Amino acid sequence: MRNPQLNSHGELQHLLTIEGLPREILTAILDTAAPFTEVAEREVKKLPLLRGKSVFNLFFENSTRTRTTFEIAAKRLSADVINLNISTSSTAKGETLLDTVDNLCAMQADMFVVRHASSGAPFLMARHLAAMGLDHIHVINAGDGRHAHPTQGLLDMYTIRHYKKDFTRLAVAIVGDLLHSRVARSQIQALATLGVPEIRVIGPKTLMPTDIDRMGVRVFHDMRAGLRDVDVVMMLRLQNERMQGALLPSPQEFFKYYGLTAEKLACARPDAIVMHPGPMNRGVEIDSAVADGPNAVILPQVTFGIAVRMAVMSMLAGS
Amino acid sequence: MALPDAEQLCRALAESIRPGLHPDTALVGIHTGGVWVAERLHATLGLKTPLGSIDVAFYRDDFNRSGLHPQLKKSDIPFDVEDRPIVIVDDVLYTGRTIRAAMNEIFDYGRPARIDLAVLVDRGGRELPVCPRWSAHELALPPAQNLQLERSGAGILTLRLIDA
Repeated sequence: MRNPQLNSHGELQHLLTIEGLPREILTAILDTAAPFTEVAEREVKKLPLLRGKSVFNLFFENSTRTRTTFEIAAKRLSADVINLNISTSSTAKGETLLDTVDNLCAMQADMFVVRHASSGAPFLMARHLAAMGLDHIHVINAGDGRHAHPTQGLLDMYTIRHYKKDFTRLAVAIVGDLLHSRVARSQIQALATLGVPEIRVIGPKTLMPTDIDRMGVRVFHDMRAGLRDVDVVMMLRLQNERMQGALLPSPQEFFKYYGLTAEKLACARPDAIVMHPGPMNRGVEIDSAVADGPNAVILPQVTFGIAVRMAVMSMLAGS
Repeated sequence: MALPDAEQLCRALAESIRPGLHPDTALVGIHTGGVWVAERLHATLGLKTPLGSIDVAFYRDDFNRSGLHPQLKKSDIPFDVEDRPIVIVDDVLYTGRTIRAAMNEIFDYGRPARIDLAVLVDRGGRELPVCPRWSAHELALPPAQNLQLERSGAGILTLRLIDA
């Protein structure tokens, strides 16, 4: 069976997950993103690639940063952007996801950027569009449940490549709440596809999926051991809103064992970069001294994120 | 068909441009062949303003048909465009669509004082009202043929005719 994200020419038709995408496509996205970074320095920060196209931001789950960066990316490509405030929309009145999609297609949508609490919702939309013969409409997954957040994974890869150049000689550690993190899943798949030989995950047993070693990662519960000589430290946000029951004694205790402090960071290589997908919980996952320190590349991640999303949207629209 | 020597055309082009230069004139080469020619002109003319280069892929009018080509280059305009005389440099002028895209892109950096066009070879076949101020050679070619500028490992420029 063909990868549902690719069209019959092997081009990207939707971006739903990193899983199953060949290295050539990931590399093509990163290569395409590079010239888009320069647009931000122009007097007119706009390219005409998506002129006349309508991009619908469908956020069934709250998000400020991701929605905003998708909106900026689409606007810099000259698209018309429509943000649907789902909590006050028809969904609250009982409309199904696919009925919402059908209605927006009738309004000549060209692209959907969707975030949903249910894993697989963007797949359902893509399959529905294919069944309706609407192959010119594209879907970008902006985060679905615990499953995937592919553009975050890609912008993280762009950031790593920017600072470290070669993926094939890196040791990378992902730290924190692996259990609830769709970001971590996309990061691990992208790192593995791009040839990173050493991928480590660090976190307490209660926040670690039991079968995560099957993804080809080394599991550490001792943060200092896990950070030993790594080139890249990718922190995750503690997903308080997704936690049910007592997975953690307290944020203070989490910080004591898994918060990134200068003292723990000293275990990594001196030139290690520190990343965080935001929003940060200072004093829970990361100490302010590290978040604002010389190793942090957290704000460049945000800037690169716009270029990566512009690249993805352009590639989909041109496929 | 005997093609002219590209290196010789570069020198001739530089000499025809020289009288039209202003102290602030900046050259902008179009990737990839146009940048090679612009590098030659920039050195021969001894211009002070650093050389600019653009990849017009983001401004092409056939994006909806053919998408983005895979090897995009970064545009680099290392000078202030506002009120500056600019010369767009390309290797081969054909339909004029690339030049239209290049002008659109330059205007996104500011309002230039004027824009001129210098090309190594004008092969005819225009689809837009574009006319070069300087062209070193004119050669009428049928649509079935493409004229391409190539650069050897030693940096020597040559023209080559290929079937489209």
